[in-house]
Amino acid sequence: MTAPPGEMMVDSVAAPAVVQTEGRSLWRSGWIRLRRDKPAMISGIFLILLALIAIFAPVIVSLLGHPPNEPHYDLLDPNTAAPRGRFGGMSWDYLLGVEPVNGRDIFSRTVYGARVSLLVALLATATAVIIGTVLGMLAGYLGGLWDTIIARLMDLLLSVPSVLFAIAIVAVIPNKAFGLSGSGLRIAVLVFVIGIFAWPYIGRIVRGQVLSLREREFIEASRSLGAGTFTVMFRELLPNVAAPVLVYSTLLIPTNILNEAALSYLGVGVRPPTASWGDSLAVSSHGWYSIEPIFMLAPGLAIFATVLAFNLLGDGLRDAFDPRGGGR
Amino acid sequence: MSDNLAKDLASPAAGEGAMPTPPADAPATGAVPAATADAGALRDRPAGGGDELVRVTDLTKLFPVRRGTLVRRGAGAVRAVDGVSFAIDRGTTLGLVGESGSGKSTAGRLISRLLEPTSGSVVFDGQDISHLSSRQLRPLRRDIQMIFQDPYSSLNPRHTIGAIVAAPMRIQKQVPRRGVRDRVRELLELVGLNPEHYNRYPNEFSGGQRQRIGIARALATRPKLIIADEPVSALDVSIRAQIINLLDGLRTEFGLTYLFIAHDLSMVRHLSDRVAVMYLGQIIELADRTDLFSGALHPYTHALLSAVPIPDPTSHRRRERIRLHDEVPSPLNPPVACRFHPRCWKAQEICRTEAPPLLERAPGHQVACHFPEKRDVV
Repeated sequence: MTAPPGEMMVDSVAAPAVVQTEGRSLWRSGWIRLRRDKPAMISGIFLILLALIAIFAPVIVSLLGHPPNEPHYDLLDPNTAAPRGRFGGMSWDYLLGVEPVNGRDIFSRTVYGARVSLLVALLATATAVIIGTVLGMLAGYLGGLWDTIIARLMDLLLSVPSVLFAIAIVAVIPNKAFGLSGSGLRIAVLVFVIGIFAWPYIGRIVRGQVLSLREREFIEASRSLGAGTFTVMFRELLPNVAAPVLVYSTLLIPTNILNEAALSYLGVGVRPPTASWGDSLAVSSHGWYSIEPIFMLAPGLAIFATVLAFNLLGDGLRDAFDPRGGGR
Repeated sequence: MSDNLAKDLASPAAGEGAMPTPPADAPATGAVPAATADAGALRDRPAGGGDELVRVTDLTKLFPVRRGTLVRRGAGAVRAVDGVSFAIDRGTTLGLVGESGSGKSTAGRLISRLLEPTSGSVVFDGQDISHLSSRQLRPLRRDIQMIFQDPYSSLNPRHTIGAIVAAPMRIQKQVPRRGVRDRVRELLELVGLNPEHYNRYPNEFSGGQRQRIGIARALATRPKLIIADEPVSALDVSIRAQIINLLDGLRTEFGLTYLFIAHDLSMVRHLSDRVAVMYLGQIIELADRTDLFSGALHPYTHALLSAVPIPDPTSHRRRERIRLHDEVPSPLNPPVACRFHPRCWKAQEICRTEAPPLLERAPGHQVACHFPEKRDVV
């Protein structure tokens, strides 16, 4: 049994030939893996562009379109209320044509719709991630009664029909509440409703991870050094659940985009005339799609592309950061 | 590791300099508390010499077992540690040996107060720490540190080595004069690692190196007592001696006191001054190392000794190997009277009816057996 010379050095005190002082963190090695994933990278670039479009919507619209709430009755056929010209009134001036009935610029409204969709989806996901991570860690780490209460609460929330609940909430919320009014209030309500029903998805994953991490000796080591519950949770556990939380929150965003669109479609989202993809879909579905398909295609494709991009990015992140848990 | 096998009569601490004499333990008057008896029969022992760092008296830990999902009802309790008493003198090492399930790790966690004893007391450095709150314990954590068994699970994979070794100083808010980073480098160097590696992550190190990191962490607050819970069991045999030697060197350098927990005697023989053998939550034999290895009195210790490999093949082959039949009984429902009697070849009627007390049969040599005798097993 002659071990190769390198094997004998396994526990050697001597430094390796090349002294590499900087270690590879989880984030760094995950990023290296993610960079090789083309669909995820393309999706990521698309989403960055989409975010820029949403942020700079006023600039883009002033350059390429018309204010989103400006009616253009002159472009409509007075008898049918449909846009004049072919393809829903598409022209260099109106890139995606105009809406029927009031002649608003579809391009501008689609660009502005990205603001509402992304804002609501991201804020709702952030709410879900914060609540889900904290309560999931508490349930998993403290166990006992805490675990019972939090786990049952998650089961309860997952069994409530969230859309019906949202409709009910919107019905009872007045026009002004919590110092907010109009669209701001509607967005806050959407974020709250979607976030409250989405956190159990994160909470369950975090709880499961913490249940297995809790038995590892480094938790005991930290406690034996005098670390309190708070320190153990946020310094020892949180870095270990951060990667799965990142992955699943990326996969939660598209669900929340769809939720927002669904609620706007049902008329409990942001109020017209504020542009939103779900609201545009709702109006176009009142028979207009057969006359003017672009009216439905523009917000529909926007939702489709955004949701697909987030899903592809989420899958890529899962492969990069959680190589063992892939597939599902 | 077993070079001094034949040195029967060597002093227990031949090279240790001023080794305090073992505390004069008065022979216990009562019986070792049986599973049903009130723990407390061994109370009122003299405090021993003034150089005790740790004294454990009648330490008991019960883990209640609950059954049923809807209606929780108690279904007895695991007596993980059941009336254990011993002391460790400053600067010495107590080896605590037992099979898995014997309660040795629980005993370690009771002394480090990761667990709270059900009854009995732990006195550390003159202070009763048995029931201190976590807030009261925090300053004491500096003085009692642990080394864990599994070097793969005892280091947080998301923290750099530097952060891991600095954690005790951060949690204890002990900032060394020259700064945390310098102290971390110093500690890494002390345990034989490259001090420039503090920015690396645990997955870049081998098991032995990881255990060195765990040792550096344990040393960070300059503790008085280190509880090493099977620190080499998870390591390759070739690495074990290195870690044992490291622990040995550190003990001399810093005057550390160790509670060294292991599951077989060969691991504790190199490092221990005294050795306690546990079986099903109780200490069945406690003696100076040389006394134990040359003159063990308990049949269970004989069985453990006969399993220690001898580096000489001839005598190894000649030696009688004691094989215990059956598994260790469940600590949920341990045998009555002497807990070893179902597996003991010497068991008589009295072993089934009366628990043998832990009595001092020779100076500093306690054994809990109705029929103690020397036996040439090694």
